[in-house]
Amino acid sequence: MDNTLIGQPEKPLLKRRKAKHAMKDVVYEIKKESRFRKTLIIAAISLIILVMAFFITLIIGSIPSFKALGIRFLYGKTWDPVNNIFGAYPFLLGTLITSFLALIISIPFSVSIALFLGEYYPKGWFSNLLKNAIELIAAIPSVIYGFWGLFVLVPIVRQMEMKTAVLPYGVGILTASLILSVMVIPYAASMGLEIVKMTPLKLKEAAYSLGAIRYEVIRTVIFPYAKSGLLAGILLSLGRALGETMAVTMVIGNSSRIPKNIFAPGNTMASVVANEFTEAAGSVYLSALIELGLVLFLVTAIINIAGKSIIKRFSKM
Amino acid sequence: MNAVVIQYRKTKSTLFKSVVIFFSLLCTVPLLCILYYIVSKGTKEINWHFLIRLPMPVGEAGGGIANALSGSVIIVLVAAVIAIPLGILGGIYLSENKDKKLAYWSRLSADIVQGIPSVVTGIVVYFWIVKPMEGFSALSGSLALAIMMLPILVRITEETLLRIPNSFKEAALALGVPYHRTMLKVIVPCGLSGILSGALLAVARIAGETAPLLFTAFGNPYMNVNIFKPMQSLPLMIYNYAISPYNQWHNMAWGAAMILLIWILLLNILTKLATKRWRVQL
Repeated sequence: MDNTLIGQPEKPLLKRRKAKHAMKDVVYEIKKESRFRKTLIIAAISLIILVMAFFITLIIGSIPSFKALGIRFLYGKTWDPVNNIFGAYPFLLGTLITSFLALIISIPFSVSIALFLGEYYPKGWFSNLLKNAIELIAAIPSVIYGFWGLFVLVPIVRQMEMKTAVLPYGVGILTASLILSVMVIPYAASMGLEIVKMTPLKLKEAAYSLGAIRYEVIRTVIFPYAKSGLLAGILLSLGRALGETMAVTMVIGNSSRIPKNIFAPGNTMASVVANEFTEAAGSVYLSALIELGLVLFLVTAIINIAGKSIIKRFSKM
Repeated sequence: MNAVVIQYRKTKSTLFKSVVIFFSLLCTVPLLCILYYIVSKGTKEINWHFLIRLPMPVGEAGGGIANALSGSVIIVLVAAVIAIPLGILGGIYLSENKDKKLAYWSRLSADIVQGIPSVVTGIVVYFWIVKPMEGFSALSGSLALAIMMLPILVRITEETLLRIPNSFKEAALALGVPYHRTMLKVIVPCGLSGILSGALLAVARIAGETAPLLFTAFGNPYMNVNIFKPMQSLPLMIYNYAISPYNQWHNMAWGAAMILLIWILLLNILTKLATKRWRVQL
């Protein structure tokens, strides 16, 4: 087709045919292009549909439980599948205690790592090593954490409990929180690290020039600046801790009674579902478990959206 | 007086620094402990037979993890095949239409999907596939894992493509290249390394997932390569063997844990190498 412009004029018939082909090609390309755009849009919509479908499936699944139990489900204190009594309060309590305990244990560690890698030693082989170690903590599957916890941490906790006046189960809320706290450190740490690094150099230099020393710079410049970023990281790790299943299931002791103290065995929402879902006989029982899933879904969705919106606001600054 | 104050402030600063270093180092202790346990217990178990034999009944020595290994590979591969095209397309859309309403909502959805607890994914996929098909199947497990991979892929594709200079696209379009060809033949190949390492990372993240497989792939003590039947996978096997009362099974679980860890580490190292080689920021 291009040759016709430069070279000798071709025979009219041939020219027309070529032009026709070119026209066809263009139409074909346009069709392909619009098909491509449509595919992209479908891919984007499918993500939204996925979330909607999750929500609807969980709602439909928990209708029998809504009907049979109503709002009582959330504050009922007994979980007795044999007699068809389902109260999720022990699990809500168990989930909240393990997650917040894990969070409290992990905060000093994650903030330290954020400061260590973001402020004190941002470069060098040693900080690289630590960074890789943190990534490794995030990469280890939760079932391996649970396995290790069951065979190493549980005996240690039992030994400790034997020295005090509590019943030495070994398994229990405390053990689960300890394992969880290790698992959630990377989430808060990596988020905090990025934010600490983003602290404007000018602010730090100004503080130094006023005579502040390292600690004071960290306390008066970096902390206020990185506060919301650290908070977002902690929120994300809270979401992680609430939904963590395998490691918790393996070390929490799986008791459906309300835990008396943090050494007693308990259960979280995720661990109940993991343990009892395949064995659930009866529609209300199954549906009660799905309702637990629905609660987990909603709570983690809200926490994640909150965390991400904080980060987004931060990155716009 | 002044000197005393300065000395006090300096001491406080040093003290704070040592506390930070102490906590940072302390958190590697559980990691080292876990690695030490798995390596010391696992190496005793692992030999050639361990990899190629099927599990034996309790009491008989010499069982292996062939079914779990093959099952894990199949489930993860199928999940990757489901998730990677969709994830990449979604990522392309998000990078191309940054400010559209649809992009906002699908980005939000990706964030939500990323936060969904894995056990909830298991429940939902149970109702989507296992119940209508009346039986646990490896395919349902793959779908559950694919859902978990999706947000990672979308995010990394988007971030990678956003880094590619706009002039590339403008140049291609100015030459008269149609839009879809520009995207598929110019922009995506430019970011291919980043997208690939994102895919590797996503696979590494889901390779060790157990919770979504509990009610989907379910596990299987026999060899099975049919994706419409229940299938064993390494994490499931570790879980089942770890909570069993038999010492011999615990030992096998340590061996399996080591294999799983090696697999995930290799994927992570590959991702690292790819990102370093192509200077992609994940």
